[in-house]
Amino acid sequence: MRLSAMSPIVRLITQRITLGILLLFLVSILIFAGTQILPGDVSQAILGQSATPEALANLRAELGLNDPAYIRYFRWLGGVLTGDLGTALTSRQEITATLLPRLWNTLFLAFCAATVAVPLAIILGLLAVRYRNGVIDKLISGFALTSTSLPEFFIGYLLVYFFAVKLQWLPGISTVYVGMPFLERMEAIALPATVLTLVVLAHMMRMTRAAILNVMQSAYIETAELKGLRQIEIIRRHAFPNAIAPVINVVMLNLAFLIVGVVVVEVIFVYPGMGQYLVDHVSKRDVPVVQAVGLIFAAVYIGLNIIADVAAIIANPRLRHPK
Amino acid sequence: MPKAAMKRPHDESCSLLEIRKLRIEATSYSPGGDPQNTVIVDDVSLKLEKGRVLGLIGESGAGKSTIGLASMGYGRGGVRITGGEVLLNGRNILARGVQGLRKVRGNKVCYVAQSAAAAFNPALRLMEQVIESALLHRIATRADAERRAIALFKNLGLPNPETIGRRYPHQVSGGQLQRVMTAMALCSEPDLIVFDEPTTALDVTTQIDVLAAIKDAIRDTGVAALYITHDLSVVAQVSDEIMVLRHGKMVEHGETRQIIEAPRTEYTKALVSVRSIEHQEKRPAACPVLEVRNITAAYGGHVKVLQEVSIEVHPGQTLAVVGESGSGKSTLARAITGLLPPTSGMITFAGRTLTPRLAERSTDDLRELQLIYQMADVAMNPRQTVGTIIGRPLEFYFGMRGRERDHRVAELLDEIEMGKGFVDRYPAELSGGQKQRVCIARALAARPKLIICDEVTSALDPLVADGILKLLLRLQKIEDVAYLFITHDLATVKAIADSIAVMYQGRVVRYGSKTEVLTPPFDAYTDLLLSSVPEMELGWLESAIKGRRMASGGN
Repeated sequence: MRLSAMSPIVRLITQRITLGILLLFLVSILIFAGTQILPGDVSQAILGQSATPEALANLRAELGLNDPAYIRYFRWLGGVLTGDLGTALTSRQEITATLLPRLWNTLFLAFCAATVAVPLAIILGLLAVRYRNGVIDKLISGFALTSTSLPEFFIGYLLVYFFAVKLQWLPGISTVYVGMPFLERMEAIALPATVLTLVVLAHMMRMTRAAILNVMQSAYIETAELKGLRQIEIIRRHAFPNAIAPVINVVMLNLAFLIVGVVVVEVIFVYPGMGQYLVDHVSKRDVPVVQAVGLIFAAVYIGLNIIADVAAIIANPRLRHPK
Repeated sequence: MPKAAMKRPHDESCSLLEIRKLRIEATSYSPGGDPQNTVIVDDVSLKLEKGRVLGLIGESGAGKSTIGLASMGYGRGGVRITGGEVLLNGRNILARGVQGLRKVRGNKVCYVAQSAAAAFNPALRLMEQVIESALLHRIATRADAERRAIALFKNLGLPNPETIGRRYPHQVSGGQLQRVMTAMALCSEPDLIVFDEPTTALDVTTQIDVLAAIKDAIRDTGVAALYITHDLSVVAQVSDEIMVLRHGKMVEHGETRQIIEAPRTEYTKALVSVRSIEHQEKRPAACPVLEVRNITAAYGGHVKVLQEVSIEVHPGQTLAVVGESGSGKSTLARAITGLLPPTSGMITFAGRTLTPRLAERSTDDLRELQLIYQMADVAMNPRQTVGTIIGRPLEFYFGMRGRERDHRVAELLDEIEMGKGFVDRYPAELSGGQKQRVCIARALAARPKLIICDEVTSALDPLVADGILKLLLRLQKIEDVAYLFITHDLATVKAIADSIAVMYQGRVVRYGSKTEVLTPPFDAYTDLLLSSVPEMELGWLESAIKGRRMASGGN
């Protein structure tokens, strides 16, 4: 089908997805180039300072480091596309096999934090609009801004101090393993999930509030007021549906942060996720792992932003129901 | 109907709506200054009986919309009702608190806004919005409300009444949307509807249909109405009595016939006699200043918006280009100025052939062809003073500096009848009419041979617009400048044109001297256009609807 022959909504969505895939390829080039430019030699890093020149040359040949960069890029890309992220230099293990359970852990933690944070942020945003400029609005904004302006490691240790050390309600270290019962798992991640929630709450809440307040200036809000609707009904029924696009956008950005930005939180709680894995291997200068994790983080970011764009397009009645 | 049975019997001796000594104030906060308290409405009283229509008329800022909304206990923005009573069926709604007001709004009193396109929620289907207040106030069940809405759609002459409710606001035209909004107001069977300029944003040919639909709906349902407008000839068609307002005070109140035929106050007399400018038509000169030959223009390469348009403008004379929105009249201006290069055809200006593109034109071509826009305030830099704005073309085209420039600016300000005190003012400190005068002075500063005036009086109140038209005519005599005057308002055309071009769907359908164009026999479109202009005469609406040969585009 020709692009112009499609309905506008299908065309827009196809465009966004195509652009996203293209962007991902560009990012993969950047990631690959970035790790090549980094100083230091991988074989040197593996074998140490005392390695003989012969041993270094042999390892270089074995790793394919003597081939031109573009060949190494396409070899790497081909592997990624077939699900093979390469071999970790330090542990000599398949990256895919080590990474998948950790990715799953990170997604699980992010998902739990999001199921609390997103509805909470939107409801708080709606309430802040309902009682705008009043005490409730200021309390909500104050709480959310405080929790966001405190760095996550600080909140993390604060929560550990109170809930794990003093009250001893929850574990301070979030150990999870395969086959762990669900409730135990939830208990283990309760503290890191709370930290993540507190970190992302304010951004989404403030954007929801601003987006709805913007819509509240519209003439159709006056129409709704003159129908005798209650304030909260006006916000829920008339303002929110028209503010959905910016809200989705900020929610998706924060979800991406939940997955990509958990590094610090995972380290604090010794949680076996992607962040810890990344930090470990950055310090060991394990280039294939850094590349793999970087690519996955980029894919998550781009993927969630595509979803945000597509959702915003679908939420627009003018595109959904053309004339 | 369920509601009629439930309606509590109210005292026959009291009016449906009575407003007593209403006072409304607003506080405005200017940066740096103390909060300023302004009185918007002062000591206004009125009475409205069941089933009657009262027209509220006045210029912008007269407080008519504010009074209309006060009947629902509503203040727009920072507006506060600070005094007086609003009695609905004998009870003061202002004393009933927020809860009580909510029970009145959308139930006893409904509102029809000026721009239905903005007043409908773009994310909800029309039917949801139309029956919303009926459901909210438990006037009808969903099925009953939908049935009533469909019946109203039918009565208001909407196409496909059964299915139009399933559409979204952007899927129906402006005129239809205005009728859907009227249906929305009628759906909860209110006692009173406030119509706030319901036809002002519509084309003249669409306005007449909506006006007739509203009038029939009022008659059929027996609802009382406050009809707010700045157009006396419109309000004369629908209302039983008229109240004239100015600066928040009542000027005159009486039966419609008395206000139209025997106004008592000077202000009402001025309103009634507006557009009585006499303009003697001039003979075409031997050689036109602007000659447009067969130009065709398109947006995006394929949507043709101008087709084979040819016109001439003679030196020191006015060509009026009329037509409804979408007829291509503003596009013609864009093509002549080079903003939208025509795909074919030729433009000759002052004996020279104009290049299609603006970027390739000489400074003289730019200087001698000036443009004035509808929205004066967005056509000026809000951070520049009047002196800078008018002085800019003097510097740019003539290299004037210092005292020489200031002297010329003062002369120009004199010509537009604004004194010296205005040189240092900013656009925000001027009224709408003054802003448009500054734009005129800026155009004149370039000493042009032709000024294109794009709807320059459409955003202004009738009396102010009249002042601008008189000014333009006077300046034409002094400066010998030609105007290409784009408008949808035929009264304006009659007042200033020497020749007329009627445009319809991108083509010129009628062209000639003013007398030729305005003398029958007419083509079908010109007939529709001319017969749609409201006249200040009782019963005009009915005879105009009866006499039409062609349906208007809104249907």
